[in-house]
Amino acid sequence: MTKLTLEATVGAPPNAARVIELRNVSKVYGMGDVQVHALHNVSLGIERGDFVAIMGASGSGKSTLMNIIGCLDAPTRGGYRLDGVDVSELSDSELADRRNRGIGFVFQSFNLIPRTTALANVELPLLYGGLKRAERRRRALAALAAVGLTDRVHHHPSELSGGQQQRVAIARAIVTNPAIVLADEPTGALDSASTNEVLAIFSQLNATGRTIVVITHEPEVAAVAKRVIRLRDGVILDDSRHSPADGPPPMLAGRAS
Amino acid sequence: MNLESVTIALHGIIANKLRSMLTMLGILIGVASVIVLVAVGSGSAAASRTRLEALGSNTITVRAGGLGFGNRGGTQSRSIRIEDADVPAILDKNEAPSVARVAPIVDATAVAASYNGASTTPQTFQGTNDVLFTVRHYEIASGSKFTQEDLDAHAKVAVVGLTVAKNLLGEDANAADLIGESVKFGNSNLTVIGILKPKGTNGTNDQDNIVLAPLTTVRDLISGGGSAITQLVVQANSRKAMSTAQAEVTAILQSRHTGATTNSFLVQNNSSLLETQDANNKTFTVLLGAVAAISLLVGGIGVMNIMLVTVTERTREIGIRKAIGARRSDILGQFLTEAVLVSVLGGLLGVAGGLIGSRFKIVNVQPVVEPYSVFLAFGVAVVVGLFFGIYPANRAAQLRPIDALRYE
Repeated sequence: MTKLTLEATVGAPPNAARVIELRNVSKVYGMGDVQVHALHNVSLGIERGDFVAIMGASGSGKSTLMNIIGCLDAPTRGGYRLDGVDVSELSDSELADRRNRGIGFVFQSFNLIPRTTALANVELPLLYGGLKRAERRRRALAALAAVGLTDRVHHHPSELSGGQQQRVAIARAIVTNPAIVLADEPTGALDSASTNEVLAIFSQLNATGRTIVVITHEPEVAAVAKRVIRLRDGVILDDSRHSPADGPPPMLAGRAS
Repeated sequence: MNLESVTIALHGIIANKLRSMLTMLGILIGVASVIVLVAVGSGSAAASRTRLEALGSNTITVRAGGLGFGNRGGTQSRSIRIEDADVPAILDKNEAPSVARVAPIVDATAVAASYNGASTTPQTFQGTNDVLFTVRHYEIASGSKFTQEDLDAHAKVAVVGLTVAKNLLGEDANAADLIGESVKFGNSNLTVIGILKPKGTNGTNDQDNIVLAPLTTVRDLISGGGSAITQLVVQANSRKAMSTAQAEVTAILQSRHTGATTNSFLVQNNSSLLETQDANNKTFTVLLGAVAAISLLVGGIGVMNIMLVTVTERTREIGIRKAIGARRSDILGQFLTEAVLVSVLGGLLGVAGGLIGSRFKIVNVQPVVEPYSVFLAFGVAVVVGLFFGIYPANRAAQLRPIDALRYE
C-alpha cells in the first residue's frame, strides 16, 4: 500500500511513463460562503498500461476527478499533465483533439446519440477526427466487431439492450485508438451478466496495452483492476496495487491459472 | 459546410418532422408571398402600361386651344386653328428631327350609324389618314384599312370598331359580316372595309366604340367641307425624344400662327402620363414587396425560435459530441447548417409555391413573375436562416462539455 503524499510528487520531474499526472489538484464549486471542495490537493500518477479503479461514495469527488482527467472540466488549482502535456496550456480546440484521439469515454448512461445507428455512433469520433468515409466505416466496423456487435451495427440505441448499448459506447471509446479509456460507473446500469461482459472487454483492452481508469462503487468492478484508489471527501484515502501495471489484468490472469 | 454536416443536419430536421415543417412553412409563406405580391405589382403595372400604350406609344397629342380635355391650366390666350399645312411643316426633318409621324384628326360628334334597321351612335367618329393606324396601334382584325389613295379619292369607306359592328349586327353576329356592307353614317353611305382588333376599355372609355374614315371623306360628307383639324397625333422617334419632339412641335406651331403663345394649343404628352403611372406602380410594388418581406422576417424569427428550442433540447447530445472530440466549430457548423437547411428547403418550396400562385389571376390582375424577386426572396431566405441561426448555434458551441453532459 503506497500512500501518495504531497512530498512524494511535488518537485518531481514529469514522468514519461505516467500517462496521467495530477499535482495538488483542487476543485472548488460555488463562491464565497457556499464553497464546496470537491477535490482537495489530490496528487495522482497513473502509468501507461495500468488498470485503475477509483472508488468512493457519492460525493467523494470521484466524478469530478474523472471529469478533470477527461479534460471535460478544469481544476481550480493544481496542475494536470496528460501524456506529458500540461492541459491548462491547451486551447479549446486542442482539448477537443485530446478528447477525440487521446481519451475514450464510457458513461454510466451510455450517452449514445439517439435515433442514430450503432455504426454512425461509433463513426462519430472519427468524423470529428477528420477521417474519410471509407476509413471511418472500416474502423467503426472493426471496433464493433471487437465488442461482439457485428450483427447489430444498423440498430438504433433504442433497439439495443443496456449491455449492448454499453458495448456500442465502448466501441465508440476505442475506435480512435486512444491511450486511455475513462469509464464512469460503466456497469452501474447493467445486470450482472452484462457487467461481466463489459469487465471482460475492459480486461482485454487492458491486455493490449491500453490504460483503463474506471470510476465505480462496486467491489466486483474494483476486483478486476490492477490498482484501486479510494476517495473520500475529496482526498485520496487509500491507494493499493493488486497486480503490476505492466502485467496481465487480474481477470485474464485468473482465467489463465 | 461539408456533406457530413449536411447529413447530420438533415438527421436533426427529420428527427422532428412536424416542427421542422412548421418552421419551413414560415419561410415558405414569406418567400412565396414576396414572389406573388411582386408579381401582382408588376402585373398590374404591365396591365396599366398596355392600356396607356393603346393610346399610342411615344405620342404627343396637339389640340386646338379650348377644345377637348386635359386643360393643363394657365390662362388661355387666343386659340388657334390647326391648319392642314401644319402637318407637312411638323414633318419637316430639319425643323423637327425628333418627330417620326403625324396623323391629323377631324372629330365628328354625334354621328348616328344605321344599318338594316339597327342604329347606334359611335362614341368616336374620326376622319384621319392611314398614319393613325400606326401611331395608335390600331390593328385590323378582318378586311383592310384605308390608304392614302382612299384619302386622295375621297373614297366612301370606313373602318369600324368591334362595339360598333356588334351594335349594328347584333351581339352574337360575326363582325366580319359587316365588311363590304354599306352603312349609313349621318346622311351618307360608307362601305365598311375593315374591322379593328378589339382594344377593350382604357378605364373610362370603350376603345372599340369607334369609326375611322378618310379625313377627306369625313370633311366632304359629314362635317361639311373645310372642317378644321381638331387634333394632331405626333409620334416621336423614341420615348426619350418625346420632350424634344414636343418642344419642336410647339415651336413650329408658334412660328406658323401669328400671335400664338404656348397656351394657344393644348399639348398632351403621353410619356408624362406613363411616367406618373409607372411611379405609382413602383410604389405599389415596393409596398407589396415590403409587406411580404416582413412575413419573411417573421419566418426567420420562427427559425431562430425553433433553433433555440432545439439547442436546449439537445444540450446533452452536444455534451456527448464535445466529450468525444467535437470542436466548437463542429457544433456551430452543425446547428448553423440545420438552420440554413430549413431555410433553404422552405425557400425552395416557397419559390415553387410562388411560381404556382403567380399563374392564377389575383384581384383581376395576371401576375407577372419578376426573376429578380425569385432570386431575392430565396437569397434573403438563406441569409435569414444564416442570421437567425447564428445566435442559437453559437450558444450551442459555447456550452461547456461538462455542463452540457450534466444537463437533464
